[in-house]
Amino acid sequence: MKPENSEDKKYFFDKPASMKILAWSFLLSLVLLLALEFFIHKHTYFPSEEWPEFYCVFAFVGFVALVLSAKYILRPLVKRREDYYD
Amino acid sequence: MTEVLPPAAIFIIGGLLVPLIKGKWKSAYMLLIPVVGFINLINIPEGTHWVVEFMEYDLIFGKVDRLSLLFGYIFHLISFIAILYAIHVKDDVQNVAGLVYAGSALGVVFAGDLFSFFVFWEMLTVASIFLIWARRTKAAQGAGYRYLLVHAAGGLCLLAGIVLYVNQTGSIEFGYIGLNGLATLLIFLGFGLNCAWPLLHPWLTDAYPEATITGTVFLSAFTTKCAVYALARAFPGTEALIWIGAIMTAFPIFYAVIENNLRRVLSYSLINQVGFMVCGIGIGTQMAINGAVSHAVNDILFKALLFMSMGAVMYRNNNKINCTALGGLYRTMPLTCICCIIGAASISAVPLFSGFVSKSMVMSAAADGHMQIIWFILLFASVGVLEHAGIKIPFFAFFGHDSRLRPKEAPLHMLLAMGIAAFFCIFNGSFPSYLYSLLPYPVEYVPYTVPHVVGQTQLIFFAALAFILLTLSGMSPAEMRAVNVDADWFYRKGSGLFYRVMDISMNGLTRVADRVIVGELTGSICRISQRWPEVLCLGIMIPLWSITGVKGKELEGKIERTRVALQTHTSPIGISAAIATIFLVLIYLLM
Repeated sequence: MKPENSEDKKYFFDKPASMKILAWSFLLSLVLLLALEFFIHKHTYFPSEEWPEFYCVFAFVGFVALVLSAKYILRPLVKRREDYYD
Repeated sequence: MTEVLPPAAIFIIGGLLVPLIKGKWKSAYMLLIPVVGFINLINIPEGTHWVVEFMEYDLIFGKVDRLSLLFGYIFHLISFIAILYAIHVKDDVQNVAGLVYAGSALGVVFAGDLFSFFVFWEMLTVASIFLIWARRTKAAQGAGYRYLLVHAAGGLCLLAGIVLYVNQTGSIEFGYIGLNGLATLLIFLGFGLNCAWPLLHPWLTDAYPEATITGTVFLSAFTTKCAVYALARAFPGTEALIWIGAIMTAFPIFYAVIENNLRRVLSYSLINQVGFMVCGIGIGTQMAINGAVSHAVNDILFKALLFMSMGAVMYRNNNKINCTALGGLYRTMPLTCICCIIGAASISAVPLFSGFVSKSMVMSAAADGHMQIIWFILLFASVGVLEHAGIKIPFFAFFGHDSRLRPKEAPLHMLLAMGIAAFFCIFNGSFPSYLYSLLPYPVEYVPYTVPHVVGQTQLIFFAALAFILLTLSGMSPAEMRAVNVDADWFYRKGSGLFYRVMDISMNGLTRVADRVIVGELTGSICRISQRWPEVLCLGIMIPLWSITGVKGKELEGKIERTRVALQTHTSPIGISAAIATIFLVLIYLLM
């Protein structure tokens, strides 16, 4: 019996239970990180860093802006067929 | 000084001897080279060694100080890891090229004069090209030739700069150069090409993904880091580097988002990371240089680790490396997956992983210098790193959609090599004082403060949240098989245009020349030169004969005889001489 070749074998991330645990712990971490903000003393270099939840908002907005601008601006400009240079 | 050797010599001579050793001893011998090299290195005292007189200059093969030593250590470590990873490779071309390449990098780092520096710098290109060609595919061959041409141009630029510089200063010492005037600008650009500056970068993203599985691990470590070393040595505090570095961190992340080939994603990521180093060198404070150099050390390790994990995926999946072809491999390659995640965590600067303790030094140095725009660009680039290297690489290879591929786990030697790199990624991140103690300047920076850890963790988790939401909502760009044109378009398509322009202009010129000169001009010259003695002679003689009363048939007979005599070159000598004289007089008058 070779479980690694079996199509039926359920691996860790195939199981809904383990995904559920992961999702909840991720959400919990997010809430915890948002809350932590109010218990620490920040050493800031720039005024904008003092805004509440600066890093959370910056990361989220920056990430979305990056992905969408790559998808809707860069890709239409630079995408060519795979054999473009052949 | 008799018991230690120049570090480059051990690798280059040792590498050239590899084909002579057969069988199972070859692996042991190759692994021994970086070990012997390292023992040799730690016995070299700081200072200047191996000075050789050459013409009227001194060549220095051992300028050993804290900056060159740290690069020396990491180059030995990564050589050992890369050789271990490549121990299954039977192709001696790759084995020799890898060792000579590593040796050339050590030659660059310990060179104390511009001549030997330049020679080792060019050897880097020559040795590395074989790691690309050794893949023996059409794509690798083409990418290799482009790599060679681009680096040859960069090398010539550097050489021109060095010649001018030596001519101006009279010294060939390799130390601080600084940007002033044409000579230094040419040297600056020569370094910049190997450093993959924006617009000079496409050789990297073109060639690295086409190299062999093991060759790319070597490639990722040496060429760009030698350029970082050279900039740190010769151009620290050059303001232009701050902006060049910041742009380097920012532009590749957009390309990495839409790229399908995972090794090409890592190549863009490599430019992005080198950007942090270049920026730090440009800021030029002690903390910034420390940050740049320590990040170079960490980047060599985690980038090699990521390339190794992707190489293992290729090795076990019949060279598949595109996002569209992979997915779900964690099921049967769990150890490779863990190594990849450690590399991804390190490059993403997760606390306790190596990127966290070095990248932040560059960012703090930018903040200390009140460079707000630069700081924001670097922070945005850090978010971008999370996207492509932190999440995309592990996600599309090991998770994501199930490709139904169930390959075996990577072979033991690959796992060991990845394990060593992963160990140092965690060690440097968790115990940074050891790395900090080797940096060129004393370190006062403390990476593990509560606000720094919390801020960075927030950055990572909320970027991850954005990824999850974008993916679940279907707004992430679909992975697709495509080519994304980059600055190499100018010479890849431009060369076709150049060919056509040359075809039309040069071949057109040939055709015109053929028609005019060969077809018409030569014939008419021939005809004219045949006819002009006749015209000239008869033009003089006919009036003379007429005056002397020759008429009718007699005149026609004389004309006919003269014509025949001139055409058959049997005219009396007197006439020939007279014609020649008239010709000379005519030329004299015309002149």
